[in-house]
Amino acid sequence: MAAEGKIDPMHQFVIQPIAGSFQHGSPFVFTNSALWTLIVLGTIWLFMFGGMKRELIPGRWQVAVEGLITFVDDMVNVNIGPDGKKYLPWVFTSFVFLLFANLMGNMPFGVVAAAHPFTVTSQFTFTGVMSIITFAIVLGVGFWKHGLHFFSLFVPRDAPLVFKFAIAPIEFLSFLVRPFSLGLRPFIAMFAGHVLLDVFGNFVVQSLNAHSAGGVGLSILCFLFIMFVSMIELLVAAIQAYVFAILTSLYISEAVNLH
Amino acid sequence: MDLASAKLIGAGLAAIGVGVASVGVGFVFGSFLQSAIRNPAASDGQQGRLYIGFAAAELLGLMAFAVAMLILFAF
Repeated sequence: MAAEGKIDPMHQFVIQPIAGSFQHGSPFVFTNSALWTLIVLGTIWLFMFGGMKRELIPGRWQVAVEGLITFVDDMVNVNIGPDGKKYLPWVFTSFVFLLFANLMGNMPFGVVAAAHPFTVTSQFTFTGVMSIITFAIVLGVGFWKHGLHFFSLFVPRDAPLVFKFAIAPIEFLSFLVRPFSLGLRPFIAMFAGHVLLDVFGNFVVQSLNAHSAGGVGLSILCFLFIMFVSMIELLVAAIQAYVFAILTSLYISEAVNLH
Repeated sequence: MDLASAKLIGAGLAAIGVGVASVGVGFVFGSFLQSAIRNPAASDGQQGRLYIGFAAAELLGLMAFAVAMLILFAF
């Protein structure tokens, strides 16, 4: 990868087939993305399964799982209102999946073996499909509950008529951009962070290979920077999952309550 | 000017947007902190709004990054 000093930060996002190949035209190829999706789902399953005991005095694990569920439950109830319970499954699923996928992508498994983690959320296909599901829910719920009255979402209620005509197209445009921006946000955050880590990881090796005192100093500086960025990445992983969940519940709330 | 150097200059110009977005993110958290210190009791209830504002400001910086990456790698 670091041949002739060229840094290739995009290499880590390449989807490679593990079983089967793209050559024969078969769409059913087991890729590293699929493998890491399964690993993430397995981790979530283990985590939830280990904590779903209904003991009166909960252990640590049960407290962790219950805390996670209560956290999302509160968020949904505050943002959507009394109807919120119905939409908890999707908000909780997207939150937990994004959180675990983002965090698993940052795990240093590559130190042990060639099992370099693949961040599934660094592909727009994943986050894009999740935001499309959110918008299918928003449109479905909106038209189911309010019928064509759903379009009044775009018109501000207590505004003069001139403003209504001016604002409605802007609101409509902003509504159309939302699925794009909702999916783009977790994807770019993961993507940018991993590119940064990869570039500075290459700087560590390259400045060590320079065989000079300044090179070693630069290498240590870059290494400290990587540690700092890794911690920021863990924070960003959690924040992006939280933001996705809270925006999802906000959009659903608009469809349920209209304003 | 050949295409390769124009690409690099364009990507560098697009990266300015990331820095400008950092001003926005700093403003969001800064003004939240200012008002949270004045009324700490009410600050917990506004945490959701804080992150929505943060997300809105951050998205524009991420867009600038995406544009830079598109210029560098997609053309």
